[in-house]
Amino acid sequence: MKIRVIVERRKTPLSSPYINEFEVNVEESANVISVLMEIRKNPVTVTGERVSPVSFECSCLEEVCGACTMNINGVARQACSALVKNLGNKIYLSPLRKFPVLRDLIVDRKKIFEGLRRVKAWIPIDGTHGLGPGPKVSEKIQRIGYKISRCMSCGVCMEACPQVNDRSNFIGPAVIAQVLLFNMHPTGAMIKEDRLESLIDEGGISECGNAQNCVKACPKQVPLTYSIAKLNRDTLFYSIKRLLDS
Amino acid sequence: MSAGCEVIVVGGGLAGLMATIVACENNLRVKLFTLLPAKRSHSVCAQGGINASVNTKGEGDSPDIHFYETIYGGDFLANQPPVKAMCENAPNIVYLLDRMGVMFNRTPEGFLDFRRFGGTRYHRTAFAGATTGQQILYALDEQVRRFEASGLVKKFTGWEFLRAIIDDNNICRGIVAGNINTQEIEYFKADAVVIATGGLGMIFGKSTNSVICTGSAQSILYKQGVKYANGEFIQVHPTAIAGGDKLRLISESVRGEGGRIWTYRDGKPWYFLEEKYPKYGNLVPRDIASREIFNVCVNMGLGIDGKNQVYLDVTHIDRETLEYKLGGVLEIYEKFMGEDPYTRPMKVFPAVHYTMGGLWVDYDQMTNIKGLFAAGECEYQYHGANRLGANSLLSCIHGGMVAGRKIADFIKGLEKSCDDIEGRVFEREKNLVLAKFEKLKSMKGNENPYQLHKELGELMTENVTVIRYNDKLERTIVKIKEMKERFKNIDILDNSDFGNQTLFFANQLENMLDLALVITKGALLRNESRGSHYKPEFPQRDDENFLKTTIAIYDEKSDEPQITYEPVDISLIKPVARKYD
Repeated sequence: MKIRVIVERRKTPLSSPYINEFEVNVEESANVISVLMEIRKNPVTVTGERVSPVSFECSCLEEVCGACTMNINGVARQACSALVKNLGNKIYLSPLRKFPVLRDLIVDRKKIFEGLRRVKAWIPIDGTHGLGPGPKVSEKIQRIGYKISRCMSCGVCMEACPQVNDRSNFIGPAVIAQVLLFNMHPTGAMIKEDRLESLIDEGGISECGNAQNCVKACPKQVPLTYSIAKLNRDTLFYSIKRLLDS
Repeated sequence: MSAGCEVIVVGGGLAGLMATIVACENNLRVKLFTLLPAKRSHSVCAQGGINASVNTKGEGDSPDIHFYETIYGGDFLANQPPVKAMCENAPNIVYLLDRMGVMFNRTPEGFLDFRRFGGTRYHRTAFAGATTGQQILYALDEQVRRFEASGLVKKFTGWEFLRAIIDDNNICRGIVAGNINTQEIEYFKADAVVIATGGLGMIFGKSTNSVICTGSAQSILYKQGVKYANGEFIQVHPTAIAGGDKLRLISESVRGEGGRIWTYRDGKPWYFLEEKYPKYGNLVPRDIASREIFNVCVNMGLGIDGKNQVYLDVTHIDRETLEYKLGGVLEIYEKFMGEDPYTRPMKVFPAVHYTMGGLWVDYDQMTNIKGLFAAGECEYQYHGANRLGANSLLSCIHGGMVAGRKIADFIKGLEKSCDDIEGRVFEREKNLVLAKFEKLKSMKGNENPYQLHKELGELMTENVTVIRYNDKLERTIVKIKEMKERFKNIDILDNSDFGNQTLFFANQLENMLDLALVITKGALLRNESRGSHYKPEFPQRDDENFLKTTIAIYDEKSDEPQITYEPVDISLIKPVARKYD
């Protein structure tokens, strides 16, 4: 089937955006990645102009790595799981807006990883030497922990969140949810206060405006608002305790 | 040499991250080079689980049995001592991951749960839903982030390995790498380098691998004189779903949890694996299952709807169990095929999946170049002629651990550090890469590199996968050489100096062509059938002539691999015929 693809492009981080329109022939079952791959094989626009292939990031193509996230018809999602047949005959592709654009559809999402570092999103183990099994974890904790742990740092929740913008340094829903994951774990809980402290700081959990866009946008159904609500309570108790202890 | 030495790790998957963690624990500072943020490495795609014989189900499983089954499953081609060490280390590894907080599935009592996988009859596979690779990768990524926060790790994200720096005494002293966005090309010094760059599925065009699995780094090293072993052993996974951009894996764990393979024969469901292999049923090793499915579809013409596909059926299992244990993989099927696998059987067909061969390494994970180590899927050591399911995550982590420890030992014994090496050595290697990229940039021929890659993939998939014939392999070699000629006439398509992906892809493509030759020539010369390598003209395993490791060495004059053979270390288990019926 023939489809039109309109791509918002940019040559360098500082140059201004421009539009290229392509027409490609793809199979009924194609996804947006296949469309971009077809363009690479013959990068000619509808006006017959030969242009450079569209730069885009992708890796696993099965919606577990998070790399190919972009705006597709104005909605942030992974290009690999965006099937063309559900997108109409004109597809608009543009880079994520909440992250600096590098080139074409590629953005720099390092702030997500910086956020993970800030909240100490890890279990503080002694080392990799043999110390026997880890602490027992109940099936109940595992079920909720696993849901949070499927977050692939794709940035969709931040794209959807009105509080993530040029005027704020809100670390975003994904990173906050990870705090709950690690605070739930018996060993992770040993530095629970450090993580809560990092959430109280500027750009932390108080920036959340409760728009609840994040949980609707998340491709992996990570319980984002559930996590934020729980941590709102935890940070509140922690602040009171800190106040009383001081 | 002591604290403060710098090492380089190339690759952010399980092997690279584990090597990084262990190196940091040995007080080494690590520069970690990855194409994408480590969290997006191909290890995320591993679904089913990780093997460790901890015998929590009271079945009498042990690391010795795991060792035996791994060697047997690999058709006796793996050197035995390192495999034994891996299986013995497996319980420690799973406990370690558990301590790192991996959200493994649990039993009602809160213990780790284990499930069955192919090539064994024990419940030996720990799992986190059906996204185990992702969950383990994240845990290691988190530990590395911890070392990054403490200043021991410096990440070079978006940098591609382009060349090893090998000094006049044949010792590796660093690498040359290029930034995919800024297009800078620079050298980096190190006292030891660990290559952990994964498999090479992209040589087959469409496979279950991520698009970053090009084998480019391995190919570059092979052309720099690193031995490449068992190239012809490529695992074709029996159950994947077709797509225009890739073939998506449907994990073996689906059968481990009771999924059944069938097609129609004479109008009735025919469970051909269960019928032919009553003992293992749907859980025969992957090479066998793939050949049987291939046979049923291609030779017998019994594929579903007349196409090359059979059913993988879980509709008899209750939804709650499926969601808890297989949710992640069934979601992939549902999203990409638009059909509900809970109520309708899935349609699957074999796809290229895993690279058993790879860079030759010794038992310390070191290649034939001193100071250059390799771990994970990019090396050849643990799986012989066929890998058992859920052994890949294990071999990546174990190999990474060994490499992390051994680089520390190696550096202690080094007479000169990389800082004592003359600058010209580094400049020389960097200039070679710069010259190559200048040449690539100037290419304005009429071959589209992406189109050429597609043709390479089709050629390799058609001729060098499940069934191999010598005449076809010979023709494939001729065709690859033609493609190497055509490569000289490519159009680089993009003249930009920023984020020019085609430039880097063209470089990868050239490297893929060279490794394709290694794979195909190795296959042509191995006149027997063993594990994943199957020739109808030579249907038997031939231990007398081929119980040997294939070694490919690049010959610059002919621009081709020279193939020789090395004996296999079978000191622990005597080879016997491999049967699963």
